[in-house]
Amino acid sequence: MNAVTDFLRQVVEGLGSGAVYASLALALVLIHRFTGIVNLAQGELAMLSTYVAWQLVASGMPFWLALPVTLVVSFAGGMLVERIVIRPVQGAPELTVVIVTVGLFIFVNAMAGLIWSFTVKDFPQPFPDGGIEMAGVRVDWSTLGIIGVVAVVMGLLYLLFQHTSVGLVMRAVACNPSSARLSGIRVGRVLMLGWGLAATVGALSGVLVAPVLFLEPNMMGGVLIYAFAAATLGGFDSPVGAVVGGLFVGVAETLTGAYVDVIGADLKVGVPLVIILAVLLVRPQGLFGRAAVERA
Amino acid sequence: MRKTTALRAAAAATAALLTATACSSQRGQNDQSTAAGGACKGQQTTGITDKTIKLGGVYPLSGPASAYGTISKGVAAYFKYVNAQGGIDGRKVEFVVRDDGYQPPKAVEETRRLVEQEKVFAVFQTLGTPSTAAVWDYLGRQKVPQPFVATGASVWGTDDRHPWTIGWQPNYVAEARVYAKYLKDERPKAKVAVLYQNDDFGKDLLGGFKKAVAGSGVKVVAEESYEVTDPSVSAQMASLSRSKADVLLDVTTPKFGSQALAADAKDTEWNPLHILNNVASSAAVLQPVGFKNVQGVVSATYFKDPADPQWADDPEVKTYRDALHRYAPDADPANQFNAYGWAVASSLHKALDAMKCPTREGLRDAVRNLKDVKVGMLLPGVTMSTGPGDAFPLETMQLMRFKGERWQLFGKPVDTREEFGPLTK
Amino acid sequence: MSTITAALGSDRARRLRAALTGLLAAAAAVGAPFYFAPFQVFQLTMVLLYAVALAGLNLLVGFGGQISLGHGAFFAAGAYTAAVMLDRYDTGHLATLPVAAAGCFVLGLGFGVPALRLRGLYLALVTLSFAVFLPPLLKRLQSVTGGSMGLTVDKLEPPAWSGLAEDQWMYFAVLAVTAVVLLLARNLLRSRVGRALLAVRDNESAAEVMGVRLSLHKTLAFAWSAMFAGVAGCLYTWVIGFVSPDSFSFVLSITLLAGLVVGGLASLYGPLLGAAFVMYVPSVSQDVSEAAPGVVFGLLIIAVMFAAPTGLAGLPGRVRGALARRATRAATLDRTPGAPSAPGANPKSLAEPGPAAVLTPAEPAAVDADPVGAPPRTEKE
Repeated sequence: MNAVTDFLRQVVEGLGSGAVYASLALALVLIHRFTGIVNLAQGELAMLSTYVAWQLVASGMPFWLALPVTLVVSFAGGMLVERIVIRPVQGAPELTVVIVTVGLFIFVNAMAGLIWSFTVKDFPQPFPDGGIEMAGVRVDWSTLGIIGVVAVVMGLLYLLFQHTSVGLVMRAVACNPSSARLSGIRVGRVLMLGWGLAATVGALSGVLVAPVLFLEPNMMGGVLIYAFAAATLGGFDSPVGAVVGGLFVGVAETLTGAYVDVIGADLKVGVPLVIILAVLLVRPQGLFGRAAVERA
Repeated sequence: MRKTTALRAAAAATAALLTATACSSQRGQNDQSTAAGGACKGQQTTGITDKTIKLGGVYPLSGPASAYGTISKGVAAYFKYVNAQGGIDGRKVEFVVRDDGYQPPKAVEETRRLVEQEKVFAVFQTLGTPSTAAVWDYLGRQKVPQPFVATGASVWGTDDRHPWTIGWQPNYVAEARVYAKYLKDERPKAKVAVLYQNDDFGKDLLGGFKKAVAGSGVKVVAEESYEVTDPSVSAQMASLSRSKADVLLDVTTPKFGSQALAADAKDTEWNPLHILNNVASSAAVLQPVGFKNVQGVVSATYFKDPADPQWADDPEVKTYRDALHRYAPDADPANQFNAYGWAVASSLHKALDAMKCPTREGLRDAVRNLKDVKVGMLLPGVTMSTGPGDAFPLETMQLMRFKGERWQLFGKPVDTREEFGPLTK
Repeated sequence: MSTITAALGSDRARRLRAALTGLLAAAAAVGAPFYFAPFQVFQLTMVLLYAVALAGLNLLVGFGGQISLGHGAFFAAGAYTAAVMLDRYDTGHLATLPVAAAGCFVLGLGFGVPALRLRGLYLALVTLSFAVFLPPLLKRLQSVTGGSMGLTVDKLEPPAWSGLAEDQWMYFAVLAVTAVVLLLARNLLRSRVGRALLAVRDNESAAEVMGVRLSLHKTLAFAWSAMFAGVAGCLYTWVIGFVSPDSFSFVLSITLLAGLVVGGLASLYGPLLGAAFVMYVPSVSQDVSEAAPGVVFGLLIIAVMFAAPTGLAGLPGRVRGALARRATRAATLDRTPGAPSAPGANPKSLAEPGPAAVLTPAEPAAVDADPVGAPPRTEKE
């Protein structure tokens, strides 16, 4: 295998991890656009949804039926979480809401361990085994599948944000809930919708990555940090940015881990973070984010 | 301004009050231990009477390492079973489990709670190298035995300043030696790629392996590490596959073990002999990958796998399954960690039986003077031995190969002491 | 306005009461190690030590309006500075404190510079990345840090003349440092620096117009904050006597932030309450449910935030505020129906002459234009 194929192979590997990060980053961006907060429990909710799907499949339901059922359950679950857990602190300082999501994180993680134990579960692979050869590099169907689904979700979110009235309404809510309420927007419903949609996108993310990462309660913990990095790099409110950021982070860490011996696999996590810092110092709003307009 | 001061003071008082309530009213500190009689005079008898013995354990029941928390269920089930049989030498065992979330400061707090508040006889098992290292100084100074810690770091046996602490499972270096011997015998020219967890466990095993193959034809040609917080090891596996090594030494914990096995199975261009370390060798790790994908994987073990049909009629395994069913109904008997807990608890039972004095000193000396002690849950041919200059109870393991739907033992148990000599610092 | 008059009238009585409570608190703090068992003294020591870290974080988050998800890393830096000095150079415990403090101050200055450009989530990520990156870095620098096995060092030993037990001595040492640090924090906030910080947090542009040197104060806030965390880390090494890279995972950073918010942001004694929460609640959770302590702990965090959205320190104020509001409710019927009734939630409630709302430090004064933790606004150009 020559150097070029080898390099391409590492890039493909990086894109594979990057797609995983991007999928969760999309959910983070979505909830941020809707509610203006960062949900630290997003990964854990995704993990919980994945267990729902696993339970359905394990009890005999075919995967392609279990998936839509899981998505619907997750949507309802996300709305319920907003109503029960987030609504009571609505209007409290933002950090209070963030810490509530920390509590939710710990609770969901422990709950999943209690119900399903910490033993690794196998999750059915929705995409066929094997892959295709391109320029001597094999790309797995599962990698292509994840990237494809992520791209579709990204497109849908872009349409939702830019070309629907819901998009307009939720921007109003995220920017200034009280003004939005005064303009007749039902803020509560919009927020519930945001949590529901984010949970659905998260569920999709969990179902996509579970065959690769293997399902256990801590599955999404590591992904969350990278997804957070991806979303920040892209600018926390852009779905395109989240995906580009995710893929970039994945490729950057894989390449440095593989080729820069001084850094090596143990410190490779630092590389995308340094790049992000550099990018943010030039563009504090992220690559695809919009600059803050201050009203003094 | 004054008002803030007043508020601050009031709050400080509230905080003090809260704290006082938080600490339970148990503030007793009756340190004097009832002296034992006869030859055992002057020794510590805290936590042990003629009718009872109180033990405490610290495990990660929450946090990132909670998968290991279930070991405590296996241990607790054993003690309940023994209590139903009349106890250990007539003493009923009380086993107190505390959670440290795999955080050393928490381990210190919980260990101190066990020693100073619960007044346990011994801290039977702290789990994980960081947690154990955080408390062994303390326990040593308090002269509380810390037998059979649940970590395989070699330092528990090579260290000579902590007589109260001792390991149990074959240490990681011993395990590495088993694989090294296997490769030297079977594939003397092997090029080895290593995937390892970047902590004491991974480094101990890798270091031990390198030392054991030094001077032979077996060479380590590539090594990649991962952090426990990484989501996946697929990038590391891609890097390793570039080395085109003949052997992959897979030093991972369960989830990452599954990921590495799956990545190896997927990679059609690189088919090394996959050596999977004992920590990740549970059937629960291999089953999600698909049994057809893990044929021929090699590992080593020292206790009976409860999922292995080979031991279905083994009396000890039967007792274990029944007891777990009765005393820990929510624990899965097929989970190796539960069996580990059972095995280590029954090993402690043997050590307690061997005490010359029913005292802390008695236990400290007993665990360091074991002579070929047989334990039902251990593989035939694997026994506990310690003595002056040897603080490793178990140093024998047997190789196994995955075939069909289960592990098959092969070869003879390898006593690494005989093969490589005693392990020193 | 009548409430204010009343408050002034009882000023003397109040001052007396304050002095008494202060004396009582001091007596309790000094007496505690003689009353409680050593194990409980150790727990109290840990509470104090976490309170130092939280007080530092409070300077940044509560008073500076910036978020850090990486204070665990500064904590780790302080802890390792002390451990390495003790292990390799055998410097004695006292020498480690100024070095850890100064080192973390400089480190904080370094982070304060990018913090100038970044706000909210973006700053949070930069600090988080430091926290994520530090443990593998510590493992890499094995020759100095002892690698993944960590370092075991001597704990603080009581000198013979003191006649104190080890736990008592450590408690007093940590208590002394904590008292100094908390006083320092208080004085810092009452000085020009503190007023400038508050002004910047509440309205950056306005503050700048008024002549506050933004960059200087924001960078300094970060540096002070990191220094406090470093001091706490140093105390940690004194008390625990063991450091390892995995002791300082990013979970520690999250725990610190959670502790601060639960205790009460922008409150001078919130850190103490938060530290007590972080220290005691996990053990209480275990007592409730051995099978899954996390379930209980998670629920308790959520429950506290429900009951006290501004943190435990704000709870008494909220209760009094709610009582006072009930009295005035009849008069002010023009509230938006359905609007949240939490005092911290509605910026207007701060302007009300409620007895608790005027000066209570726990009431977040900054919930106006740009709340703490808000990311950059996204508006379509």
